[in-house]
Amino acid sequence: MSAPTSPAAVPDAVVVHARVEPTAGLRRRVVTGLLLVAVGLVTVLGWGLGSGPGDATFRFGGGAAIRLPDLTVPGTATPVLLGAVVLALGAFQLVRGFRLRRTPVVVGVTLACFVVAFLAWAMSGRAGGSIDVVQLLQSTVFLATPLVLGALAGVLGERSGVVNVAIEGQMLTGAFAGALVATLAGSLGAGVVGAVLAGAAVGWLLAVFALRYQVNQVILGVVLNAAALGFTGWAYKALMQADTERFNSPGVLQPLPIPLLSDLPVVGPLLFSANVVVYLMYVLVVALQVVLFRTRWGLRTRAVGEHPKAAATVGIPVLRVRYVNVVVAGGMAGLAGAYLSIGTIGPFTENMSAGKGFIALAAVIFGRWSPKGAVAASLLFGFFAALQTLVGILPTPAAVPSSFLAMLPYLATILAVAGFVGRVRAPAASGEVYP
Amino acid sequence: MELELRGITKRFGALVANDAIDLVVREGEIHALLGENGAGKSTLMNVLYGLHAPDEGEILVDGRPVTFSSPGDAMDAGIGMVHQHFMLVPTFTATENIVLGSELVRGGGLLDRRRARQRVVETSERFGLAVPPDALVADLAVGVQQRVEIVKALLRQAQVLVLDEPTAVLTPAETDDLMRVMRELADAGTSIVFITHKLREVRAVADRITVIRRGRVVGEASPSSSSEELAALMVGRDVRLTVHKAPATPGDVVLDVEGIRVTDGAGTVLLDDVSLTVRAGEVLAVAGVDGNGQTELTRAVVGLQAVDAGRLSLSGEDVTGEGVAGLLARGVGYVPEDRLHDGLVGSFSIAENLVLDLSSSPEFSSGPALDRAAVARNAEARVAEFDIRTSSPQAAVSTLSGGNQQKVVLAREMSRPLKLLVVAQPTRGVDVGSQEFVHQRIVAERDRGAAVVLVSTELDEVRALADRIVVLYRGRIAGEVGPGATQEELGLLMAGARPSGAAAASATASTATDPERDSA
Amino acid sequence: MRRLRWGGTWLVTVFAVVGALVVGAVLIAVGDARTRDAATYFFSYPWDTFTEAGYAVRDAYAALLQGALFNPALSGTAALGPISETLVNATPLILTGLAVALAFRVGLFNIGAQGQIILGAVVAAYVGFAWDLPAGLHLLVALLGGVLGGTLWGGLVGWLKARTGAHEVITTIMLNYVAVNLLTFLLGLQGFQRPPYGQAISEAVAPSARLPLLLGPSLRVHLGLLVALAAAVGVWWLFTRSTLGFRLRAVGANPDAARTAGMAVGRLQVVAMAAAGGLAGLAGASQVLGVTGSVTGSVAGTVGFDAITVALLGRNNPYGVVAAGLLFGGMRAGSVQMQSATGVPVDLVGVLQALVVLFIAAPALVRAVFRLKPGGARAVGSELSAGWTR
Repeated sequence: MSAPTSPAAVPDAVVVHARVEPTAGLRRRVVTGLLLVAVGLVTVLGWGLGSGPGDATFRFGGGAAIRLPDLTVPGTATPVLLGAVVLALGAFQLVRGFRLRRTPVVVGVTLACFVVAFLAWAMSGRAGGSIDVVQLLQSTVFLATPLVLGALAGVLGERSGVVNVAIEGQMLTGAFAGALVATLAGSLGAGVVGAVLAGAAVGWLLAVFALRYQVNQVILGVVLNAAALGFTGWAYKALMQADTERFNSPGVLQPLPIPLLSDLPVVGPLLFSANVVVYLMYVLVVALQVVLFRTRWGLRTRAVGEHPKAAATVGIPVLRVRYVNVVVAGGMAGLAGAYLSIGTIGPFTENMSAGKGFIALAAVIFGRWSPKGAVAASLLFGFFAALQTLVGILPTPAAVPSSFLAMLPYLATILAVAGFVGRVRAPAASGEVYP
Repeated sequence: MELELRGITKRFGALVANDAIDLVVREGEIHALLGENGAGKSTLMNVLYGLHAPDEGEILVDGRPVTFSSPGDAMDAGIGMVHQHFMLVPTFTATENIVLGSELVRGGGLLDRRRARQRVVETSERFGLAVPPDALVADLAVGVQQRVEIVKALLRQAQVLVLDEPTAVLTPAETDDLMRVMRELADAGTSIVFITHKLREVRAVADRITVIRRGRVVGEASPSSSSEELAALMVGRDVRLTVHKAPATPGDVVLDVEGIRVTDGAGTVLLDDVSLTVRAGEVLAVAGVDGNGQTELTRAVVGLQAVDAGRLSLSGEDVTGEGVAGLLARGVGYVPEDRLHDGLVGSFSIAENLVLDLSSSPEFSSGPALDRAAVARNAEARVAEFDIRTSSPQAAVSTLSGGNQQKVVLAREMSRPLKLLVVAQPTRGVDVGSQEFVHQRIVAERDRGAAVVLVSTELDEVRALADRIVVLYRGRIAGEVGPGATQEELGLLMAGARPSGAAAASATASTATDPERDSA
Repeated sequence: MRRLRWGGTWLVTVFAVVGALVVGAVLIAVGDARTRDAATYFFSYPWDTFTEAGYAVRDAYAALLQGALFNPALSGTAALGPISETLVNATPLILTGLAVALAFRVGLFNIGAQGQIILGAVVAAYVGFAWDLPAGLHLLVALLGGVLGGTLWGGLVGWLKARTGAHEVITTIMLNYVAVNLLTFLLGLQGFQRPPYGQAISEAVAPSARLPLLLGPSLRVHLGLLVALAAAVGVWWLFTRSTLGFRLRAVGANPDAARTAGMAVGRLQVVAMAAAGGLAGLAGASQVLGVTGSVTGSVAGTVGFDAITVALLGRNNPYGVVAAGLLFGGMRAGSVQMQSATGVPVDLVGVLQALVVLFIAAPALVRAVFRLKPGGARAVGSELSAGWTR
C-alpha cells in the first residue's frame, strides 16, 4: 500500500472493495449442485431404469387445421439420456458453479429434462402409450391464466412497496362480481368490467388500510381474504342460490379464434383460440413489463418500492403512486376472477378461487418480482396442475400419487425463498409502513 | 438567488426543535450552519425543503414569500438538498437516480435513456464532478455517491444547495475535494448552505457562519473567528475535553487479535489482516472515518461477526468462533455503537434491560422461572449507582433520554466483572453532562484492571481517553500512534496515508505493545 | 397511564364489534327477500322497507344469541346445548389462537396454523386408530402425537428461517398447501383410509383414545376445552414468568439487541415456531379425538385462518385469546341456529369476524368513525416487522 501523493490520488474506484467468493455463495453452490444431481439421479434411475417396455409417443394435435407429425421415442433411453444432461449440469455446478444470472436457464433446462423424461416413463407402461402435447399445453395455459393475472397483480403491488396477500380475495370477489353483473346486465362484457372493478375495489380497501391506516400489510391481506370469502359465501347463499335465474346465470365467454393465427400448428390452438380474458392477459403481460422497466411511471414505481424516502425527496408523491398501483393491481386480480367464473364455467360457486391467489403469490416470489418471471412461474405451476390430471389416465408403470405433483409448486417456492435456487430479493421497501 | 428564513418555529410535541430562527443566504456565498448534534439544523433544513411544515414563520425567495408543501415545491423554487443519509436508490444506476422525478420522456411516457445519460454526463463535466453514469449506485464508493447527489441537485438547476453534514462519511482527502467543489459552485453563483458541527471545515470554506444551539440562532461569526470562539458559541460554555486520568499501568495481554479477515455476504472484504493487542489496564482507541471496518472489528471481537481468517484470543485462550454468549461469560462487556438498535430492547423496562444478558443466570432465575424480585432489586441498585434519571425502573427504556439509555447499557455491562470492555461511539447522541460521566466510568473500568477497546469517530474523545491509538482505513490498520498525536497526523492516517517519518506500526507489526511509545 | 391505555384498547374493541354488527345488519337486510320486495315499492311506502329489515335483523341476531348462549325453548340438559356448542367451537380457536399469538410475540407471523393443525390431526388419528394402548395412556400418547406433528411442521418453518432467512409468511403459506395435499394423499392410502375405500375419511379412532365428554353423552363439549385453558395458562406463565419467555420476548421486540446480549436468536425462533406448531397440532388432535373421531379433508376447516383473527382480537395475550376464542366460537355456534331458523347463511359470521379485526387493526379508523378521543390503543401487529426480507 503506497501513500497517495495528492488528494486526487484517493481512489475513485467504482467498486469499493476487493471481493472473494463468500462462504454463503459456496454453500449455495454446493447445495444447488447436489439438488441438481439428485434430480438427475431420479431421472436416470426412476424414470429411465424404472420404465416399462413401451415406447413413448408425443402427438401434436389440439384441433389445429395444420398438424405436425407424431414423435415416437424409446421409453427407456430417452429418460436416461435426459437424466445424464441434468447430471452433467449438476457436476458443472458443483465443480465450477454457474453464474447467478444463469440460474433461470439452468433451472429451466433441468425442469424440461425432468418433465419430458417423466412423460416418457409415464407412457412406457404399455406399448402404444401416447399423449397429446398440445392438449397438455392447452390445459396448462388454461390453468395458468388466472395465475398469471394474479401474479401480475402481486408484482405491481410489491414493486411499489405494498405486499398483496389479498390476491385470493380479489380473485374471489372478481369471480363473484363477474357472474353477478353479467347476469344482472345480461352482458358478459359488463361482467368482465364488473369483475375488474370489484377486484379494484378490494385493492382500494387494501390501499386505504395499508397506506392511510398503516395496518400491517400481511395481516390486512389475510383479513381481506377472510372478508371476501365470507362475503361472497354469504351472497352466494343469500342471493344466488335463492334465485339462480335472476342472480347467477351469466353464460360463458366464448373463444374468439383469431383468423389465420389460430390455424397454425401447436401455437394456433394453444394461444390464438381463446376468450377475451386470455387476450387481455397477453396485453397486460407485455404492458406491465414495458411500463415497469421502460417508462417514467415504472421508474417511479420501482423507486417508491425500493426507497420511498428518496423518491419523496425528488418530489414523487409516494402514497399516490402506491394507491394507483395497488388499485390497478386489484383490477388485474379481479380479471383473473372473471376468468374463473364467466371465462370458464359461467356461474359463480362458493370459494371458487380455491387457493389460486396463493399460488399466484408463490409465482410472484418464484418469478423474482418481475412480470416475465411471474409468467414463467405461473406457466410452470399451471403445467404441473395440468400434468396432475393427465397422470391419472396414463398407463404409468407404477402409480404416481397426483397429490405429490400438486405439492411441487409449493415445494419449489420454499426452495426458492430458502435460497437453494439462486437468490430472491424482494423490493426493499415492500411491506414497510410509509412515512 | 437570495434565500431568507424568517422566524421559523417547528415543534414536535413538547420539543421545540426550531425556535424563531432567522437566516439569510446571499447569492454565491457559502453559508455555514454550525451546531452540535441535535441542535435543530436538520429540522430547519427539512422545513426549508418542504418535508416538515413550519408551525410559525415564513420562507422568502428573492424577497417573495413562498410555501413549500413538498420537496417538489422546494426544487421548483431552485433549492436542492444533499441529505446526510443519501437519498439514492441502490438498485438504480447513477443516471436513473439523477433523473428520477424529472425524467426525460419520449411519447407515451417512455423513458429517454440516451438523452438522460447525455445530460448527466454534461452536467457532471460542467461542474467537474465525475460520476460513472451507468454504474449501479450500490457499487459506488461513498464519496462518489455524494457526487451523484450533488449532480442530481444541479441537474434540477438548484441555485441554493443545502449540504447536510456532508463530510461525516468522507475521508479528509475526500473532504478537501468536496470543499473545492463547493468553492467552485459558489464562485459560479450557486448559494450553498453547509450544515456541520466540524469547526475546521467551517473555518476553511465558509463565507459566513450562523451558529445554532438548542433550536435557536445564538450568533453569527466570521470564518476568521478562532476555533475556541466558535466552539464556545456552539456549545454554550467553554469546554475543553479533558478526562482526568492517571497514566496507564498496563498488565498482561488480554485481547490478542491476529490477522483477522471479515467479508460480508456478497464477498466484499470489510476487514483485512487486522492484528492488535490490548493489555489489562489500558485503553486502546480505534479511530477512523465511519465505515472503514470499525463496526466489523467490534462485532468480531465480541463474537457477533464470524471471521474468515485469523485468530482471536482472550487472556491466552483461543476464542475464535466462540459465540457471543460464551464471550460474555468469559468477561467481555460490549457497549454497541447504536444502542437502541443493538444494546437495548426499547419496549422492555429498564429493569428488564439491565438483566438482558443475565436472565438465565442463577442470580436472576430459579429453575425455569425468572426471579422477578431479584430483577427488581438489581434495577433499584443500578439506577441509583449510575444515576439513571427515570420515574421508575419499570418504565420502558425507550422513554429515557439518550444519555440515560447509555447509562443503562453501561450499568448492565459493568455489573459483571470484566476482563475486556469494548465500547463503540460511547457519547454519540449523549448530552454533555452525561458524556463526562460516561468517560469517567470507562476510565474507572480501565483503572480497575480491564482492557478497554474504544471505537470512536470523535477525535477529541479518542485523544482524551486513549493510551494508544490505531487507525482503521478500508478495513486495514493504517497505523498506530500515541495519545499525543496531532489532528493532522490522525487525519493523514484516516485518509490511508502514513505520516512521513512516523514510527507508526505497520499492520502486521502492530503486535508491538509498548504503551509508552508516542508518535514520533 | 396503564389503565388509560387499556381503556382506549377496550373501547376500540367494543366499538369494533359494534361496527361489525352494524355492517352485518345491513347485509342481513339486503339478503332478506321480504325486505327486498318491500324495497321495490320504497318510494310509495318507505317505512315498510325499514320495518321488514328491522324484523329480519332482529330475528337473525336473536337466533345467533340463542344458538350461542341460551335458548328459552329448550329445557333440562338441552338448555346447555348452545353453551356446549360455543365451547366446542371455541376450543380449537383458543389453541390455535395461542399458536398464532405465541409466534407473534416472538416477531414471527404464523400463517401456517392450518397446516400444523392438519399434521397434528393426522398423527393423533393414526395413533388413535393404529396403536393399541390402555385407556388413558392411549389418549395421552395420541395427544402428544398431535403435538409432535404440529411441532415438526412449525419447527421446519423456524429452521428454514433461522438457517436460510426464508420468510415465515411465505414458507407457512406454502406448507399449508403441502399439508393439504399430504392429507389428500393419506386419505386415499390403504391403512389410513377407512374401508371400503369409497370415501375420503380415515379409520375411526379407538374409544380408548377419545377425549371424554364433560357434560354427559348428549352434549359435545369435551376435555379438550380444559386442555386449551391449561395451554393458555401455560403460555401466560411462559411469557410473564419464565426465563425462556423473557428471551423469546426479547427476540420478538428487538432481535439485534437479543443477539448482542448473547441470545441464540435463530434457535429461539425455531423454539417459538415449534411451540406454536405444537399448540396448533394439539388443536388438530383435540378436534379428531374430541369431536370428529376421524380425519376428513375438512378437518382443519378454516380454523387456521380464524385463529389469526382470534390472536389479533386477543391482542396476543393468552387471556385475550381465550376471550376472543369464546366470542368467535359463540358466533360460529350461533350461526348454525341462525341459518336454520332464519335462513341467514352462516358465512355472515366470517364477514363479521373479518370486519372486527379490520376495525381493530386500524384504531385510527374506529376513532374517526365513533369520534373517540385519541387513546393509547396501538395498531395490532405493530410489533411485527413488515416486509419479506429481514
